[in-house]
Amino acid sequence: MDNQTVLTALREKFAGEILAVNEFRGDLSLTLTPQGYVAVARFLRDDPAFAYTFLENLCGVDYLGRTPRFEVVAHLTSMRHRHRVCLKVGCDEPEPTVPSLTPLFPTANYQEREAFDLLGIRFEGHPSLTRILLPDDWVGHPLRKDHPLGDEEVAFTFNQDRIYAHKPFVKE
Amino acid sequence: MTESITVPTPQQIIEPAVAGRTETMVLNMGPHHPSTHGVLRLVLELDGEVVVNVAPDVGYLHTGIEKTMESKTYQKAVVLTDRMDYLAPLSNNLCYALAVEKLLDVEIPERAQIARVLLVELQRIASHLVWLGTHALDLAAMSVFLYAFREREQILDIFELVSGARMMTSYFRIGGLAYDLPSDFIPTVEQFLAIMPSRIDEYEDLLTTNPLWLERTVGVGVIDAQSAIALGLTGANLRATGVAYDVRKAMPYSGYETYSFEIPVGKNGDIYDRYRVRIAEMRQSVKIIQQATERLRELGPGPVVTPDRKVAPPPKREITESMEALIHHFKLWTEGFKPPRGDAYVSIESPRGILGCYVVSDGSPKPWRVHFRAPSFINLQSLAHMAKGRMVADLVALIASLDPVLGEVDR
Repeated sequence: MDNQTVLTALREKFAGEILAVNEFRGDLSLTLTPQGYVAVARFLRDDPAFAYTFLENLCGVDYLGRTPRFEVVAHLTSMRHRHRVCLKVGCDEPEPTVPSLTPLFPTANYQEREAFDLLGIRFEGHPSLTRILLPDDWVGHPLRKDHPLGDEEVAFTFNQDRIYAHKPFVKE
Repeated sequence: MTESITVPTPQQIIEPAVAGRTETMVLNMGPHHPSTHGVLRLVLELDGEVVVNVAPDVGYLHTGIEKTMESKTYQKAVVLTDRMDYLAPLSNNLCYALAVEKLLDVEIPERAQIARVLLVELQRIASHLVWLGTHALDLAAMSVFLYAFREREQILDIFELVSGARMMTSYFRIGGLAYDLPSDFIPTVEQFLAIMPSRIDEYEDLLTTNPLWLERTVGVGVIDAQSAIALGLTGANLRATGVAYDVRKAMPYSGYETYSFEIPVGKNGDIYDRYRVRIAEMRQSVKIIQQATERLRELGPGPVVTPDRKVAPPPKREITESMEALIHHFKLWTEGFKPPRGDAYVSIESPRGILGCYVVSDGSPKPWRVHFRAPSFINLQSLAHMAKGRMVADLVALIASLDPVLGEVDR
């Protein structure tokens, strides 16, 4: 399997859904529309000629200053053909939303929750989109570029009253 | 097929129980439970002693490594990668270095490539020894732990010899190695190679046919190949189901395609098969290390960092003689190098499974985004699938057999 075979097949079937094609250092990546993102993933998974059954990686990227601001990146691997394809889909503020891949690939569950937790990207169709790494009452999404580094002050007994005064969980 | 697989959240188990809608008991296991191998909290839904459902609650060790890396230059971020999977720091170093090298498109000298393969294979053995020791300890076999740590200590001594640190090595840098291997490196590794195969036999004598071990592991925590792939289970856990997928063979990196080794696979996908696969992997790693030491000896001394001066600093002596070398050195240490705009994803076979690194460059000396596909994190998703209907005691064996490292789960 090589990039050209995949690209030709996808261009034939999903011409309108492919927004951009990029080949960098031998890796193929496709920027797709939200509908195309799920459709292409389903096609690549189910078509026996491709068999990209393994969703290797899924993560979000915050391109602050660009439109659309956020991008979700999914790497699909075909264990049979030893080939990898990267699918990208953009989403913008105020409510960045992309369709979820969890119904197709259960492994996307934690990875989408992580992207939601750290970047605030919503995944439509995800069965349980909650925070995973941060506490449930956390405010903000720290991997966003406009979230400052190191704004969390450590609470000790001598300063906890002052710090906890700003925390939502104390008010409950 | 995949529609039937669910990955529960702790809330989904706790809420119905609190509302009194269930007949089952909800029990909290961890985060300070010894068998969770770190600060992993499990929320169990129990019917008597049988596990109805289980949801891992992770994040206790979250330190924002990916966020911190965005504020470091590429070279300085290497030390952070050690801290993710602290039982296999060299594998993390390698994955990150390969991803940035892919962005930069630099050539790595032969000697550095061989040293990398040799050291990550040693790392694989060291990591598997911790897994073996703690796994056996969880199932009340104390002596294996002591033997396994005896050999692991020897490997850590080699790492200390090479990098000065037992665990937080940071030895692989972008463009090659931090510095050359010491002169007594090959004899020390050969000393270790001479004893290791017989030591693996020793562990097998203690466990492989031990009836108590078989009772706790055979047919426990079974997962089939299709569900394992759907859930993203990788590494020895996947190969135990019979899928011979190893990144070292499927998409070779660092010259793995030139070494002769086999991929051990299991059949039933139970805990016992995972044990057999990992033991066999240790033997294969010994084989790779043997080939690598021979190659190192044949190759003789040589450069260990790329000659590309825009990426790696020039040798010290050159700095005193050449103005250009001095400028390169100054630019690298004050500013760092600037990879072209773009993104690169690289995955390697770490001891725990497929470790991936996705790096986005905006053309500045600091990475715009670094993401790690942490195998421990993703492997944990299949816990509920494997534990349902088993006893709580089996769950303890199951966690140990998945071999999660919580530093990597939470990052």
